[in-house]
Amino acid sequence: MNSKKNYILHLADNGLILAQRLGEWCGHGPVLEQDIALTNIALDVLGQARYFYQYAAEVDGQGKEEDFYAYFRDEREFKNFLLIEQPNGDWAHTIMRQFFYDNFMQLVYTSLLSSSDKQIAAIASKAIKEVNYHLKFSSEWVIRMGDGTDESHKRIQDAANNLWEYTGEFFVPTTYETEMASKGIAPNIASLKNDWHTRGNEIFSEATLQVPQATWFQSGGKTGTHTEYLGIMLTDLQYLQRAYPGNSW
Amino acid sequence: MTTIDLEEQFMKRVAADEKVEPKDWMPEKYRKTLIRQIAQHAHSEVVGMLPEANYISRAPSLRRKAALLAKIQDEGGHGLYLYCAAETLGVERDTLIEELHSGKAKYSSIFNYPTLSWADMGAIGWLVDGAAILNQVPLCKCSYGPYARAMVRVCKEESFHQRQGYEILLTLCNGSADQKQMAQDSLNRWWWPSLMMFGPSDADSTNSEYSMKTKIKRFSNDELRQKFVDATKPQADILGLTIPDPDLKFNEQTRHWEYGEIDWEEFHNVVQGNGVCNKIRLRERNEAWDNGKWVREAATAYAEKREQRKNESKQVA
Amino acid sequence: MSNTKNWPLWEVFIRSKNGLNHKHVGSLHASDSEMALENARDVYTRRQEGISIWVVESKNISASDPKINDEMFDPAADKVYRHPTFYNLPDELKHM
Repeated sequence: MNSKKNYILHLADNGLILAQRLGEWCGHGPVLEQDIALTNIALDVLGQARYFYQYAAEVDGQGKEEDFYAYFRDEREFKNFLLIEQPNGDWAHTIMRQFFYDNFMQLVYTSLLSSSDKQIAAIASKAIKEVNYHLKFSSEWVIRMGDGTDESHKRIQDAANNLWEYTGEFFVPTTYETEMASKGIAPNIASLKNDWHTRGNEIFSEATLQVPQATWFQSGGKTGTHTEYLGIMLTDLQYLQRAYPGNSW
Repeated sequence: MTTIDLEEQFMKRVAADEKVEPKDWMPEKYRKTLIRQIAQHAHSEVVGMLPEANYISRAPSLRRKAALLAKIQDEGGHGLYLYCAAETLGVERDTLIEELHSGKAKYSSIFNYPTLSWADMGAIGWLVDGAAILNQVPLCKCSYGPYARAMVRVCKEESFHQRQGYEILLTLCNGSADQKQMAQDSLNRWWWPSLMMFGPSDADSTNSEYSMKTKIKRFSNDELRQKFVDATKPQADILGLTIPDPDLKFNEQTRHWEYGEIDWEEFHNVVQGNGVCNKIRLRERNEAWDNGKWVREAATAYAEKREQRKNESKQVA
Repeated sequence: MSNTKNWPLWEVFIRSKNGLNHKHVGSLHASDSEMALENARDVYTRRQEGISIWVVESKNISASDPKINDEMFDPAADKVYRHPTFYNLPDELKHM
């Protein structure tokens, strides 16, 4: 039971923390049209997070609601990828983070469509449409920047190099993922690695970018050992609920 | 036809409630007045994203976070519609944005006040958007077609904004003593600036007369301000909040709420750049724009390359 | 003016549902047609306003000149015989 809850929370936390990061762009985008576009993505992933938190509450059976899981868990209990909590940086870093994530989540949601858990499959069938669009959006921007100006090429290549080390944990299963895979609830994530690389290579090649060659990867996000950024994000995110506990908002 | 004839004809058309469209002849003053007003309006939407964006990360529930994000995003959209309406008058968006960033163009002064608590998200929706709606609804019938059409879209989308804000305050007012205090404090800070949103009183409003005559504007500043006070007082009563105006009283004869003296000195100071946040808002806008320059250039460069490749491959074929 | 070239302006047309025409809804800026379509989706269909989008770069639209509206449109005014009500038919004839 715990594995299932953990797996669902892992999916939910990714959505919430990414929405939190993307929300920082709102009002600060490079041009109004893209400001609006990025907020649409933020709203999509926040929506996904809410579905998963609501389902986690059901699986948990403690009579809690979605906000409990977002606002009253500590840093060590959050299970999002390290990649997601990395700062926005410039437009290149934000887009590259998004591209790495979209490319992976598109594969994850595609397999979750046939999850043996009906509720997860139902959420995936809604999320897959959103992620397909996100992947198109982020891929196009990777290409635009890679094949744009010298400056944009350098910036997007730097972003790829800087964020690369956080992509390895996608494919290393935690115990809860292994258990979920054995029950047909979740995909065997190690098996998604080839597709992720193949598609990533295609886009990088079209963008005239070098695929980073580093082979050492950070890990720990999925089991609650994060970079220092997450704690600060949660302080911000959870402040009101924690400062005035027991209230409705 | 002489310019005088054209102008006379134009005024007749406008007086008969005919719409003016981009390619129609229009007096230079009409064009300039419109550009100034639409641009100011667009700038207000875009700068207005900032005080609320201050609370996206801290929204106290996921439901509120989604609503706030969607609302601020709408404001970006409204800015966009309005810049496009201004562009039909022959001025480029980037030119307008540069005028905002250099401090030459104005935007609504309300956004130079800081957001200091979650209740401010409620107060902005309830009061600031409430005041904005009163200003905007008549603009849907404005004489200039593209502006009127943009406003129809804006008003349609705005309808959830005020409700969103009021619901935030309602929840706080039905909550703990701390929460209610948060709401009252917020009303105390936003009430007077909201009244100032309608602009100087009619006697002191320099641009009003021409705008009224050409039907860019359909109600005077004071008329709209009065409507706002009349509409808002009963809403404050439902919340159980006290409007911070000891002179506020109902006039049985006129059937209107009479309000106290507005601090015009504060108003003029904030308009002239002395508000708490004037410099911060402009700095933030400038940074966003400057940081986006290389992104905009990259997209242009890529589009040009692609176009060129397409043409080359056509030639080969 | 900055020396950066602005993204061109595009006009956006949306079909709200099958069976209806695409209708002009507004404009936006984008660097190419693909981005223009996506921006149109993000800006103009957030509330399910459409199921199909057209974008046209504004400079490619030719518009009639309102200065010659008299010669363009007034001549159609007296051609009443183009309308069914011009023809007198007996009342017994119910549908025609």
